[in-house]
Amino acid sequence: MSNKQEALFSKKNIKLIKDPLDDNNPITVQVLGICSALAITVQLKPAVVMAVSVFFVLCVANVLVSLMRKMIPSRIRIIVQLVIIATLVILVDQTLKAFLYDVSKELSVFVGLIITNCIIMGRLEAFALANTPWKSFMDGVGNSLGYALPLIVVAFFRELLGSGTLFGLEVIPPNWYIENGGFYANNGMMILPPMALVTCGIYIWVQRIRNNKLVEEN
Amino acid sequence: MKLFRNILNTAKPHFIEGGKLEKMFPAFDAFETFLFVPDHTTNSGSHIRDAIDLKRTMMMVIIALLPALLFGMWNIGNNHFIANEESVSFMETFLYGAIKMLPSILVSYIVGLSVEFAFAIFRGHQVNEGYLVTGLLIPMIMPISTPLWMLAISVIFAVVIGKEVFGGTGMNILNPALTARAFAFFAYPAHLSGDKIWIADQPVNGTVTDVFPDGYSGATPLADYYSLSVEKGKLASAVIQEKSEKTITAINEKIEVIESRIPELSESFFGFISGSCSETSTFAILIGLIILVVTGVGSWRTIVAVFFGGYFMGLLFNLWGATDFMTLPAYEHLILGGFAFGAVFMATDPVTASQTNKGKIIVGSLIGIFAVLIRVFNPAYPEGMMLAILLMNVFAPLVDHYIVESNIKRRLKRVKS
Repeated sequence: MSNKQEALFSKKNIKLIKDPLDDNNPITVQVLGICSALAITVQLKPAVVMAVSVFFVLCVANVLVSLMRKMIPSRIRIIVQLVIIATLVILVDQTLKAFLYDVSKELSVFVGLIITNCIIMGRLEAFALANTPWKSFMDGVGNSLGYALPLIVVAFFRELLGSGTLFGLEVIPPNWYIENGGFYANNGMMILPPMALVTCGIYIWVQRIRNNKLVEEN
Repeated sequence: MKLFRNILNTAKPHFIEGGKLEKMFPAFDAFETFLFVPDHTTNSGSHIRDAIDLKRTMMMVIIALLPALLFGMWNIGNNHFIANEESVSFMETFLYGAIKMLPSILVSYIVGLSVEFAFAIFRGHQVNEGYLVTGLLIPMIMPISTPLWMLAISVIFAVVIGKEVFGGTGMNILNPALTARAFAFFAYPAHLSGDKIWIADQPVNGTVTDVFPDGYSGATPLADYYSLSVEKGKLASAVIQEKSEKTITAINEKIEVIESRIPELSESFFGFISGSCSETSTFAILIGLIILVVTGVGSWRTIVAVFFGGYFMGLLFNLWGATDFMTLPAYEHLILGGFAFGAVFMATDPVTASQTNKGKIIVGSLIGIFAVLIRVFNPAYPEGMMLAILLMNVFAPLVDHYIVESNIKRRLKRVKS
């Protein structure tokens, strides 16, 4: 028996985590969940909170659906998945409102919209319905980290260049600014939505230079 | 000439295949073809060859830009000395402006060309000469007080995101020079709009001083027209609400100050007004227009359509006349701001403009219409021309597509019948 059972951190399982980080990244390769990624990357704090929320929702939903996969009639599986996701999202939303009110205000509707985040539905449909709970958990961890990585990188550059801060702390010396007699000015364009798209595009560009597997042949 | 040829001949073996600097060949090639007509021959089939190639075309545009450029330099000096209440000779005025403007031209060329060369070398393609014109256009459409590092960042953004990601010269969707300006406009709004940036002042610690001699403001005429219409609106409501006489006289005084600033028509036509470096003089731009149209480099269809579209929209607003700004005579719209410059040098960009003749007229007139529309309705963007051209750049391929499709349909019908 023990021979047949796969080790918890076998190569296959580790691959479940590693794959979505680069080769099969949900945002930059599958281009899912891009809407929230563009909307909440103006500053690092909301981006991190969003990443944590998605991490929680995706991992728990994956495990729950995987546990119930033999009970769910395939005709109504989408409804069942939605109920599970919605319950979890409401949990997250209420927790944020209770403990991190200002961040929750900043994220506003986007917490609620985790329900419609294609990454979560996609993983439940494509993975959790057909795999064991542990594998589904690993898959959830991998995909939510894969969601978090570009999110945080993009938010890092947008906050640094757009507002001159990181996590709300000023990192650019105040006497650099033109108002204080220096030479520097924040790049107002970085705060605007179009630059989220451009920054995301540059991220994809760099990723494809590093990873030749992603480049299509034509 | 011999000297250049000799230098190139001795350097060539290092760059061709097998040489030490083989990878740098695109850079070498760029210099060689810039100095001499390339001796490339076609490998297959017969081609018609003409003395004109992309480099010569671009040189014609540069020549057409020269009147506006030189006038812009003089105007920078002129505005500066008027603002400081000094009177100096013509040459001094010109030299002051030239010295003020040269650094931005140098920065634009050095930064832009380094990016172009870097991409050419990494990708192993030829350096294209599109940047020769773009590099000159960018400083010409920026305010003179723009810090050089902002210019450099805008140039990098325009060349990398506006051009190279699409595949380089000839593949870009947006006009790179306007991309640079739009980027700077949205990224550093405080340095690209307002009334304190148009005059080369003595900068204090890098900031533009807001101390002007009495009665002199750097506001562009367009901004003045807008504030005039705002003040007149205030006056009307003050009269209706029967405000105290004091308020009304205060507004009246303000209106008088603004009205005294607004230039005569001939002044704005010849360009003795404030604005971005080289776009103020419609007269100098018209000289460039003649050069472009006579040599066939610029499309007269686009230019005529843009002016017509702008004039038409101006007339419509005159008929409407809801605000004071709307009653601005339609021809003034064509003369003020960057309208003429955009129509002649930006809308005609052969890459981003429409490729079909009908399309040129449609896209051109829409540029004119939108430019005036944006100006009048959204004074936060006084340079409606820039946004209108960028918008229509995006739509030009769509317009072309439908024109080609309808042409095919028409011809197919003929075949069937």
